[in-house]
Amino acid sequence: MSWLILALVLWLGGWALNMWLAGRKESRAIRIAVPVIFGLTLLLVWEALVNAFGISPVILPAPSTVAQTFAASTDILWTDFQQTVVKGALRGFAIGAIAALIAAVLIDRSAFLTRGLLPIGNFVAALPIVGIAPIMVNWFGFDWQSKAAVVVVMVFFPILVNTVQGLNEASAMQRDLMRTYAAGYWQTLLRLRLPAAMPFIFNGLKIATTLALIGAIVAEYFGSPTRGMGFRISTGVGSLSIDLVWAEIAVAALAGTAFYGIVAWIEKRVTFWHPSQRG
Amino acid sequence: MKNLVPVFTVLAVIVGIWYLAVAPMNVRVALDQAERAGEVVVPEGSVPRRAVSVWRLMLDNSDHVALGYALERPRLPTPGQVGQELWKTTGEMVQKGRPFSKRGLIYHGWITLQSTLWGFALGTLLGIVGAVAIVYSRTAQLSLMPWAIISQTIPIVALAPMIIVLSSQVGIEGRGVPKAIISAYLCFFPVLVGMVKGLRAPQPAQLDLLRTYNATGLQSFLRLRLPASVPYLFTSLKVGIAAALVGTIVGELPTGAISGLGARILIGDQFGTPLAIWSALFAAAVLAGALVTLLDLAQRVTLKRMGMAP
Repeated sequence: MSWLILALVLWLGGWALNMWLAGRKESRAIRIAVPVIFGLTLLLVWEALVNAFGISPVILPAPSTVAQTFAASTDILWTDFQQTVVKGALRGFAIGAIAALIAAVLIDRSAFLTRGLLPIGNFVAALPIVGIAPIMVNWFGFDWQSKAAVVVVMVFFPILVNTVQGLNEASAMQRDLMRTYAAGYWQTLLRLRLPAAMPFIFNGLKIATTLALIGAIVAEYFGSPTRGMGFRISTGVGSLSIDLVWAEIAVAALAGTAFYGIVAWIEKRVTFWHPSQRG
Repeated sequence: MKNLVPVFTVLAVIVGIWYLAVAPMNVRVALDQAERAGEVVVPEGSVPRRAVSVWRLMLDNSDHVALGYALERPRLPTPGQVGQELWKTTGEMVQKGRPFSKRGLIYHGWITLQSTLWGFALGTLLGIVGAVAIVYSRTAQLSLMPWAIISQTIPIVALAPMIIVLSSQVGIEGRGVPKAIISAYLCFFPVLVGMVKGLRAPQPAQLDLLRTYNATGLQSFLRLRLPASVPYLFTSLKVGIAAALVGTIVGELPTGAISGLGARILIGDQFGTPLAIWSALFAAAVLAGALVTLLDLAQRVTLKRMGMAP
């Protein structure tokens, strides 16, 4: 009972603190502090509720238990991270992104192809492509190659569609200006159209970061060497080592957020001129 | 409509490339099969053949290449085979008078559709409520918005098996609820972002006008902010329903699922029947296309009635 009251008090306390902070003059510190306090409050409430209802750690472990498991099994988590994120997701992401960028520049040269491929690309980007995971495992074997292949297909279409749209962003006036400078196709592409397309390209890249991790993890459900985050999660659920599963989920969350954050950081450097970045 | 010709041309090219790719993809399987049937294949034995490139194999055994187009368990089925399988598991079932047979895709598609719609409804509701909270409360905006963004960078599939275990421990039978939760998770974010934009779409002058009418907060919400957000809502609903379908299929993938398009993919993998996987994939694509088209129609009709059609 006392845990239940504690949970309630924690929640109200955290929210009241945030209300007080939100009412003050907006600053960078407050913009960071408020969500952090919100997250911490949620974790503490989770901890208190697990204790209040005496939930078995086999069903839902408390955050403190997960943290202990995390600290105790960093070597397992590290090998899994390398297998899934570094080998599967990142390599697939790199291959898929480069392929999509090249394909977009090629498609862009023909108005006919652009009109034909854009609707198809848009449609395919909305499809549940993760379903091809078993086919890729069948084609490329159990190791990271099959995971990277799934990721390549998953990230290809969002980046392609966004890049093709972005390449048409430069206005007719700007292109005319390049022509008066006697700039050739490649000069116009590199100096004007690609930079103008960057906000769109990064939009596609940001969508693709999450897709890359999803693809790499799901593909491991269909067969993998005895390491990898998806492998550990599916076997961990079976063997009831739920705290390790939650530790893997924490790694996946951290990896996903960091990956997204890095891409967003690069975007900020590259598209510093865009209104959305200056605000 | 002017895009029809290019789209169909591109589709025809894709199908053409697909047909061409079938030969090199399937040549090894085809040669194994031919050898077992007693025909002469160069080189003999499937182990020595592994060292030879597929192009060499196709040149040396040009008579047997055609076999690759009619395999029962191909590595890459032809579009025709996939179409046949799709017809066999949908149209033919209807002709036999058993449209909802468990061997047919209509049954499995229906299971997937149900979870998708439940998840879609739940996710949309969450997204709208969250957006209203964010628009009206600064505390909620500062606390929730960063987490809403972070939640989308977390690969939900990592959680999928966990959610299934949790809900079965809590005593929820079947997979409908966990699947709906996963699809709601994927679907709420686009709705949230779109609705925040939409609810903030009215200009200050319009809000001021309502204030001069002495309108209450609720009235200005119902008469101004909500109608103004409808175009944004529909745009994000279209993204959301596609995301919800992805979520449902991901929820059906972890081991143990029996029904649903995702489960068909899983079972097809376990029993080594690639045609079942491919037909389930295409059924999912058809379902996604149908759902998005339906919402697009609803958007056009609604906006026209509201006088907001572009």
